[in-house]
Amino acid sequence: MPFTSDLGGERHSFADLKAVLAAASPARSGDELAGIAAASATRRVAARWVLADLPLATFLNEALVPYESDEVTRLIIDSHDAAAFAPIAHLTVGGFRDWLLSEAADEAALAAVARGVTPEMAAAVSKLMRNQDLIAVAKKIRVVTAFRSTIGLPGRLSTRLQPNHPADDPRGIAAAVLDGLLHGVGDAVIGVNPATDSVPAATTLIRMLDELREAYAIPTQTCVLTHVTNALTIMERGAPVDLVFQSVAGSEAANAGFGIDLAVLRDAHAAALGLGRGTVGQNVMYFETGQGSALSANAHHGVDQQTMEARAYAVARAFDPLLVNTVVGFIGPEYLYDGKQIIRAGLEDHFCGKLLGLPMGCDVCYTNHAEADQDDMDSLMTLLTVAGCSFLICVPGSDDVMLSYQSLSNHDALYLRSVMGLRAAPEFEVWLAEAGIAAPDGSLRALADGASPLVRRLAETIS
Amino acid sequence: MSEVATGELWARLRRTTPARIALGRVGHALPLAEVLDFQLAHARARDAVHAALDTAALEAALAPLPVLHAESDAPDRAAYLRRPDLGRRLSARSAALLAKAAGHCDVVFVIADGLSATGVQAGAAELVQACTAELGDLTIGPIVIARQARVALGDPIGEALGARVCVTIIGERPGLSVHDSLGIYMTFAPRIGRTDAERNCISNIHGAGGLSPEDAARTLGWLLREALRRELSGVALKDDQTPTLPAEDPSRT
Repeated sequence: MPFTSDLGGERHSFADLKAVLAAASPARSGDELAGIAAASATRRVAARWVLADLPLATFLNEALVPYESDEVTRLIIDSHDAAAFAPIAHLTVGGFRDWLLSEAADEAALAAVARGVTPEMAAAVSKLMRNQDLIAVAKKIRVVTAFRSTIGLPGRLSTRLQPNHPADDPRGIAAAVLDGLLHGVGDAVIGVNPATDSVPAATTLIRMLDELREAYAIPTQTCVLTHVTNALTIMERGAPVDLVFQSVAGSEAANAGFGIDLAVLRDAHAAALGLGRGTVGQNVMYFETGQGSALSANAHHGVDQQTMEARAYAVARAFDPLLVNTVVGFIGPEYLYDGKQIIRAGLEDHFCGKLLGLPMGCDVCYTNHAEADQDDMDSLMTLLTVAGCSFLICVPGSDDVMLSYQSLSNHDALYLRSVMGLRAAPEFEVWLAEAGIAAPDGSLRALADGASPLVRRLAETIS
Repeated sequence: MSEVATGELWARLRRTTPARIALGRVGHALPLAEVLDFQLAHARARDAVHAALDTAALEAALAPLPVLHAESDAPDRAAYLRRPDLGRRLSARSAALLAKAAGHCDVVFVIADGLSATGVQAGAAELVQACTAELGDLTIGPIVIARQARVALGDPIGEALGARVCVTIIGERPGLSVHDSLGIYMTFAPRIGRTDAERNCISNIHGAGGLSPEDAARTLGWLLREALRRELSGVALKDDQTPTLPAEDPSRT
């Protein structure tokens, strides 16, 4: 048996590479559901000893999901940058963990190796890292992207304004947009999940958001999170699409469950680039992911959910996205049972995404059937912000009235920017001041403050 | 702008959405009344998740429509929450019972408790009645009330009853503002192994600013006739008038 460890006379053997990875993962309900979690706490540590001694190159030679039958594996292997990998090619997974934490792995060194790191390497090393390691390394990585605002600059924390409405009422959505803007939220994107995912419904919302953004010259991008095939149709018809959205997963079969493949993403990427709507950059894609999506589609190939999640980042990476976020606690307790598992997964996803070179954000969230509450979200958002998370999702009062789950509130963004001394994207920050939403010292005016003519005009238009 | 005028403006804005807008601030934090209001809503949603469906009362509300009962392989709520695979499988007892009722029909309705038995209890009978009124010219099989059920439990049920289309009405995961929302999932040629991309979804059917049963039934009527005509459902049924996929990330369903 090639994968064994001896712990004081107690021998632990693992059938194959994916069994080592699954057993080495911190405990979570999704791996238990799949029947691949470590059978005991001791066995979990034994798997980590095995993993620590494996050469990083193992993951280039041994595919967890077959190359022949999975286009995500082919993407990962065929796009691997051997030159970028060279500086770390001699390392074991354990050695890679130590290198990542060392002073040698500074911002430039981490950027240089990003294209040499595969999702499986990132997932593997994360399993040997404590929460503080995930934070410390992610903090050193900088990924900057841009469209009408610039995401990921030092000292900045961006936010997605998520003004969902249960019946897609344009006035209700506009009211929630105004509420977010008055809290300084929306510099990453103003992004609506439509309740009705049809071409005409999405087109109506796209035009409404674009008119609002144009009328008030807001330096941000808008997005209606409709299926990529809808976005293609909508772009063909000439509607003003800023960002193309799609949920993506880590295997060809899981993506088929979403009704997509790499070819349709390529078409959409090319179409959105062709519109040339960005002003300070041309990153036109927005992806969401989440641990458990492959298993829920029965498309995980026996691989643990965190490794499958990292493989989704390879899909995202191929399309130079403006934004990528894990919707970490959305999927439910059968994949991430409680606050502890959600917090751990959020930190893993952020770390793996950043290590692979993605503009990684997070929807810090939970559902009402999970064992979690706002206190857990306070912890995760604070930890992620310390880790340099690119953007977070905010909904009014933490209550998404369309998707029926709890994300962060607009107030939470104020808290994070305040306690951590962070600011919005530079273009957006200038606009906030010009619009009278932020006071000259950068602090936000009170919500009911009618000092700004712009705010009053906007509110009256909507109401 | 006077304070009164500002207040009126925000009151008008709040009427446009059930979202928690214009909450005010204490420093950067929410006012305490908003914090406690949120905690109350969360507590109620948690309670709704764990409520049990009163199937006898639901059957009475559906009368005179013929009703069958079924349950998944999940023995209780705790198992249901941690093991979605069990919630998608028909119990051996139910499979045997449904086999006896095998036949042919255009549509089978499955009423599944899902994550809000509260919502199903309150609104499923009315929704079924609105849908059957839209589909008067089609043959409709017995209504199946399914406990501890996920969306995909409709696949073996529809297959067993020889339905060309399965329409599953399910209690959606409770939110803070709405804990009794229903969703409809339509699957052409239901059978074990269908993926979510092969279903069409109409979500957020409830009385607090969501879709009305009549509007949902109209949308379903159009989709269902198209599914029968084109012999497919899901992503491929995209068109210019109606919903296709679940709006959100499918991993979220």
